[in-house]
Amino acid sequence: MTSPRFSSSDPILILQDVHMQFGGVTALKGIRYQVPRGIVQSIIGPNGAGKTTLLNCISGVLHPTEGRISFLGRRVEREPPHRIAALGMSRTFQHVALFPQMSVLENVMVGRHVRTRSGFWAAGLRTRSMRREEAAIGRDARAWLDFVGLADAAHLPAGALPLGKQKILEIARALATDPALLLLDEPAGGLNTRETEELGELIGRIKERGTTVILVEHDMNLVMTISDRILVLYYGQPLASGVPDEIKENPEVIQAYLGDEWTPDEGAPIMNGQL
Amino acid sequence: MNLRKFAPVAAFVAFMAAFPWMVAPFDAISHYTDVMVFAGIFCLVTIGLSLLMGFAGQISLAQAAFFGIGAYASAILTGRFGWNPWAAMPAGAAAAAAVAWIVGVPALRLKGHYLAMATLGFGVIVHIVLNEEVEWTGGPSGMVDIPGLSVAGVRVLSETAWYYLVWTFVAAALIFSYHVLHSRVGRALRAIHEAEKAAEAMGVPVASYKVQVFVYSAVLASLAGSLYTHYVTFLTPSSFDLMWSVRFVLMVVVGGMQSLWGAVLGTVFLTFVGNEWLHVFADFEVLVYGGILLAVALLVPQGLVVWMQEKLSRRRETLLPRSE
Ligand SMILES: Nc1ncnc2c1ncn2[C@@H]1O[C@H](COP(=O)(O)OP(=O)(O)O)[C@@H](O)[C@H]1O
Ligand SMILES: [Mg+2]
Repeated sequence: MTSPRFSSSDPILILQDVHMQFGGVTALKGIRYQVPRGIVQSIIGPNGAGKTTLLNCISGVLHPTEGRISFLGRRVEREPPHRIAALGMSRTFQHVALFPQMSVLENVMVGRHVRTRSGFWAAGLRTRSMRREEAAIGRDARAWLDFVGLADAAHLPAGALPLGKQKILEIARALATDPALLLLDEPAGGLNTRETEELGELIGRIKERGTTVILVEHDMNLVMTISDRILVLYYGQPLASGVPDEIKENPEVIQAYLGDEWTPDEGAPIMNGQL
Repeated sequence: MNLRKFAPVAAFVAFMAAFPWMVAPFDAISHYTDVMVFAGIFCLVTIGLSLLMGFAGQISLAQAAFFGIGAYASAILTGRFGWNPWAAMPAGAAAAAAVAWIVGVPALRLKGHYLAMATLGFGVIVHIVLNEEVEWTGGPSGMVDIPGLSVAGVRVLSETAWYYLVWTFVAAALIFSYHVLHSRVGRALRAIHEAEKAAEAMGVPVASYKVQVFVYSAVLASLAGSLYTHYVTFLTPSSFDLMWSVRFVLMVVVGGMQSLWGAVLGTVFLTFVGNEWLHVFADFEVLVYGGILLAVALLVPQGLVVWMQEKLSRRRETLLPRSE
């Protein structure tokens, strides 16, 4: 899976001068950054800073207009999303993108797609190997539902879950692809305090399994508690990066967060002295 | 398969098996067996097309052309070259598959409705070829004296025998398609249908699946064409023109996309409309079809099957083959 020159001490993700231009808007202005293996890397910044665009470029949903992205030692900036998923990267979406009419279990089973093989013919003829694989897909998917605590909801349509559980289900579906790198885009958005705490605990367990996590999040409590490193994006550029304590005390970050670009509800954390 | 799901299937099978015997005693409707042979042949086309429309979200206007490829491949290989019809049939299907792949790969790589345009053009080309290649296809006057079919050394002669043969093919296509939908492949197709972006991010190669479904629909249409050839034993290009492709699309829309039963019901319904109840309107056929399409779009946009399920019972899942 990984390139032969890639060693486990190398950064899992390397961004070199990544630019993204949408017509007249430059959403990313030359991002240069490396993410080491096995950590929780948070990305914060005001709305419109380019966080989602960066995740889209990393996961192949968008191709950057300039720059290079290496994942596990491979160049991926021109690869389509399904190839990048096969290499071992998975993600969730800022605006939940489940398969709403499929059951909770089936949603996670789709996550196993990339690690299984049976094709059209085998499916239509229900060959023995297809049936064996199908059973394994079901078992694995159930195990992931157990892992995130959604086993009881297995047979409900995904669209019938409350938003908080939909966000957790998206994580379970992403985990089912066996990712080395998991991208989470505002997973706490719309969650209440208790759900957010449980999410923090879940991200901790994902990290313990050895999965690297990139977390885009506005909830400063969550970010400051679970991040190993934080990157602050501001108008498509890195403003600062470091461990949580460094970021909290960085005058430029405080200045940016106090500026008028920061909308009131996102301004709350710093007003509350959380930052 | 549990009892609630099994019962409607068993009822359907029993009804279909008894059908020729139920209509035979009544002169006015005894020819319905013949109509049902055509309906079954068309069902093969529309089962594939409903997967393409309902799950890959694509419309093909070339299903009549694939139907024609199968029909003419069988007619030429058996009539001119003396092939066994059962060997000619897969040969035609392989040709249709290859052509579908060539048309589908470039059209389906691009997002949007390029397949509709590509197949529209392709369908017209096939129709022209059937008309112009007089040496091979007989041109506009067509081909006659195409050999019939034998099963295990016995000629399939009576309408009733054809009925059972054709509907066995339909049953096989339904079972195969049902299995596909309830597999890793089917989940991927449904995922594409519900949230393409998320499906891609989960590693589903969207374009490749759309091509596979398109090829499958072409293979089924070609097999249908082969059966058609051996049943009617003569061919003219007019059975394979754009109007027929539009009819196939209409059959799927009327019955309901995303439901295999919808394809079957819509096809049987429109075959009877076309063969039995429409000569009164003769030249106004297009208007009648347009009216049906409009009525479905306005009154039962989900198609007849979903509408009937909601009317007949609240247990949607008992008829819909797609639920767990
Ligand atoms: N598909 C797109 N087309 C045009 N502009 C876009 C698109 N996606 C994002 N943008 C713009 O790029 C900038 C960054 O957006 P985004 O990455 O969503 O920010 P964030 O996730 O940090 O809130 C914004 O100005 C946004 O309007
Ligand atoms: Mg965003």
